[in-house]
Amino acid sequence: MPLQLDFASVLDQWPLLLRGAAWTIGLTAVATLLGGVIGVLCAWARSGGPRPLRWIAGAYVELIRNTPFIVQLFFIFFGLPELGIRLSPAVASILAMTVNLGAYATEILRAGIEATPRGQIEAAESLALTRAQIFTRVVLPPALRKVWPALVSQIVIVMLGSAVCGQISTEELSYATNLIQSRNFRAFEAYIVGTLSYLALAILVRNLLHWAGPRFLFGR
Amino acid sequence: MTAASQPASQGGPVGAAHTRVGAPILRITALRKSYGAHEVLRGIDLDVARGEVLAIIGKSGSGKSTLLRCINGLEVFQHGSLIVDGKHLLHDNARAMRELRQGVGMIFQNFNLFPHLSVGRNVMLAPHLVKKRPGSQNEARARQLLARVGLAEKFDAMPDKLSGGQQQRVAIARALAMDPAIMLCDEITSALDPELVGEVLRVVESLAEEGMTLLMVTHEMSFARKVADRVIFMHQGLVHEIGPPAEIFGAPKTPELRQFLSSLHD
Repeated sequence: MPLQLDFASVLDQWPLLLRGAAWTIGLTAVATLLGGVIGVLCAWARSGGPRPLRWIAGAYVELIRNTPFIVQLFFIFFGLPELGIRLSPAVASILAMTVNLGAYATEILRAGIEATPRGQIEAAESLALTRAQIFTRVVLPPALRKVWPALVSQIVIVMLGSAVCGQISTEELSYATNLIQSRNFRAFEAYIVGTLSYLALAILVRNLLHWAGPRFLFGR
Repeated sequence: MTAASQPASQGGPVGAAHTRVGAPILRITALRKSYGAHEVLRGIDLDVARGEVLAIIGKSGSGKSTLLRCINGLEVFQHGSLIVDGKHLLHDNARAMRELRQGVGMIFQNFNLFPHLSVGRNVMLAPHLVKKRPGSQNEARARQLLARVGLAEKFDAMPDKLSGGQQQRVAIARALAMDPAIMLCDEITSALDPELVGEVLRVVESLAEEGMTLLMVTHEMSFARKVADRVIFMHQGLVHEIGPPAEIFGAPKTPELRQFLSSLHD
């Protein structure tokens, strides 16, 4: 039987696809902001914080980096209700992505922070800056610049990983793709369209972040 | 100890621009510092008068950089006391440390400019954050200081576009922007190509002429001889000899200093 391609019946469902893509971008945007903040805080704790905080941040990073994302997601969505914590699919997805990105961002940022030449911190200390000022004004911006490509890659990985959030019925892009192929049985075409959509989103996000980082986060 | 601290009034020749009134601006008493079991500073006593220029010389490992870094708390010492401009150095009091550091500028061997900030912003950062100096006033002062070190046109340049000598002059302007009472110079020409040393030393000399209190660890003996009021020779963690440059270089009293000076000519 010759292969009959019918993309039209997939593309007809463009509002579903668009909605899915919007969800994927939205989840990623929120997880990036929150995960980025967690990453900065934990990286500070791990590289210069008090000992208990250092230990807690370390345990968090190791726990998340050594377990699968889908297990983390299922734990939050199906496990936490045992403790009386019931989250909507969207909130559970955002939480899982945030916690996941936060752990990787911690390690990435820590590498940048620890690469700060000692002399620059001493110069800032000599100029009577506070510890917080030294971290935010002297240490963090060059550290962010150094690790920005790695951080952007990790954000893209988390965005692609968000495809499994469809498993708890978050209506993101892979959920939309599944839905379309279950309606019209055009799995081949549907997943080609889904795949190309992810590819386009990844390229978009990567370029956007590479453009935005130097302009809004660390200068130059 | 061969040489104890001397009252400032018996120091070197008093230059016209120098004024020595009131209490010493820096008083170090019985200062001891060790790294683990190794004692690097073994009891330092030193008084420095306002406007005085001190050169600290000695072999590497003699403790001269460590002494300098104790003065603004970059190194923690275990015994003794240190008073700058009437303020006691208290390591465990962050607020008191910042208070003290506002009066103590430091220039480093490796310049240590902030690489992500333009030259102008390097100079303006600390006055903005610490002194809360208003923007326009801060910028005017930064431009004035950069002009003074001969880099008026580099206000918007990034540090990595400058030569070592230019970077070091920016570092001097950055330290001056905090209006310090004392300036510490830690081998500030050691990382420079020989042809760039002069431009930095000329700026330091102009500071000395204007009456800035200067403590410099240096290997530039001819500069020390020309600019310093007193020279300190450090040996094995102690002030081994101290006196006016003419005495230190012309009539060294101890064999260690004689040996050090002759080693320079090899």
